[in-house]
Amino acid sequence: MAEAAESPGDPGTASPRPLFAGLSDISISQDIPVEGEITIPMRSRIREFDSSTLNESVQNTIMRDLKAVGKKFMHVLYPRKSNTLLRDWDLWGPLILCVTLALMLQRGSVDSEKDGGPQFAEVFVIVWFGAVTITLNSKLLGGNISFFQSLCVLGYCILPLTVAMLVCRLVLLAEPGPINFMVRFFVVIVMFAWSIIASTAFLADSQPPNRKALAVYPVFLFYFVISWMILTFTP
Amino acid sequence: MAAADELAFHEFEEATNLLAETPEAATTSRSEQLTPQGHVAVAVGSGDSYGAEDEVEESDKTAVLDRIRGSLLPRPGHNFVRHRLRNRPDLYGPFWICATLAFVLAITGNLTLLLAQRRDPSIHYSPQFHKVTVAGVTIYCYAWLVPLALWGFLRWRQGVQERLGPYTFLETVCVYGYSLFVFIPTVVLWLIPVPWLQWLFGVLALALSAAGLVFTLWPVVREDTRLAAAVLLSVVVLLHALLALGCKFYFFQPLPPAHVAPPPRATALPPSILLPPTSPWSVATPDGRSLQAQHERTLLPALPTLRP
Repeated sequence: MAEAAESPGDPGTASPRPLFAGLSDISISQDIPVEGEITIPMRSRIREFDSSTLNESVQNTIMRDLKAVGKKFMHVLYPRKSNTLLRDWDLWGPLILCVTLALMLQRGSVDSEKDGGPQFAEVFVIVWFGAVTITLNSKLLGGNISFFQSLCVLGYCILPLTVAMLVCRLVLLAEPGPINFMVRFFVVIVMFAWSIIASTAFLADSQPPNRKALAVYPVFLFYFVISWMILTFTP
Repeated sequence: MAAADELAFHEFEEATNLLAETPEAATTSRSEQLTPQGHVAVAVGSGDSYGAEDEVEESDKTAVLDRIRGSLLPRPGHNFVRHRLRNRPDLYGPFWICATLAFVLAITGNLTLLLAQRRDPSIHYSPQFHKVTVAGVTIYCYAWLVPLALWGFLRWRQGVQERLGPYTFLETVCVYGYSLFVFIPTVVLWLIPVPWLQWLFGVLALALSAAGLVFTLWPVVREDTRLAAAVLLSVVVLLHALLALGCKFYFFQPLPPAHVAPPPRATALPPSILLPPTSPWSVATPDGRSLQAQHERTLLPALPTLRP
């Protein structure tokens, strides 16, 4: 062992490295055992991390995802320039919001087939294909945001409009009249503006500066159509 | 992706191809200077950044707004393709103008019904969401299939005459798309419930839009025979007029008074039952009123109760 230690030491003395200069002088005697155990005191914890998402309880998994979704909802409700929505994108939130909105907006069975509000599938298609079209548009304009990040942002920014739908539904329980309509109109306008501000806070930075307005206009049209569907909802 | 290349801003291949083919085309002196560099730019960088090597440095937002303004004010000498597009068609304008027009049509049509209900509470208001689908399909089919047919026809005539320099398909789509822009404010103005004013706005919009199309197509077809040129231009204007009329009748149909007053034969039914389901094809004819009135008079004895 000592000889083996010395042979790499010889080129060490040849190269101008003062660090290994004294290697050739070292001789290890045979009695000192150089063996032992390397134990990491946190070994049991590491094993837990490896299979943690498989072995944890279902409640933990669901709560973790729900917390992530809830955190992003907070980011939408108080829009600041932050990267959380973009960095950890997920599509659970948009799915929950879209299904809620479509369930609330669909027409009842009493309306005739031709007249009446949108069906569940129509709302769903408008939301998802609208979001996909806007994403493709921003990518073709040279944006540097990825496909799913953009879908995530657009989907999460429907949250104010879903809140508006809930409020409209509650207001419609009262007696109909012009005051009823004005209240609903005001709520929808405010939430529409909130959606636009939230989504442009996230999306506007990803576009080249001379095309920002071109990328924002389709977002405006998208939320305008959804607001129109909410405003004209009649039970 | 081939589709992405198709849809991206085709700025350099078109410019250099057309400058090579038609060296006498109207260009600014600055662009003539830059032409050799333009050739180099096409060879080296095929479509990475569309801002830096632009011949005329303007922001893309103003480029789109410029094209919209050019379509709103057509002038006889100015060819939309050569002067505004500068042989650089984009698909952003046509696509989003068509989307906006489809939604604005459906929304203002619904608003008309709402305003009519305010004036006359017996009319039943409903969101009429199916009109969004109809509007979208109609506008997009018109804005993409008619240019396809026109482009195909011009290519065929070029084969016959061998003197025409037709536009590419993207340029034709671009011209049609931007010419539809003038209908957006017109449709909003159709909310005003004064009939002669609505017809005035419609005729104005149709005149502007069709004039833009005709002035663009004129340099291409004037080298053809008189008959072919006249037929082509009149077909283009006719199709445009049909689109405008169809939109006016379908989305903004004036509710005939027969809907409001129940005929004397009816039993004591609430007036909302008197509205038969609105199908588009029954009112698209010019005598839609009489047709629908006859329709409901024959329907009424057969309907005991429809809606509670």
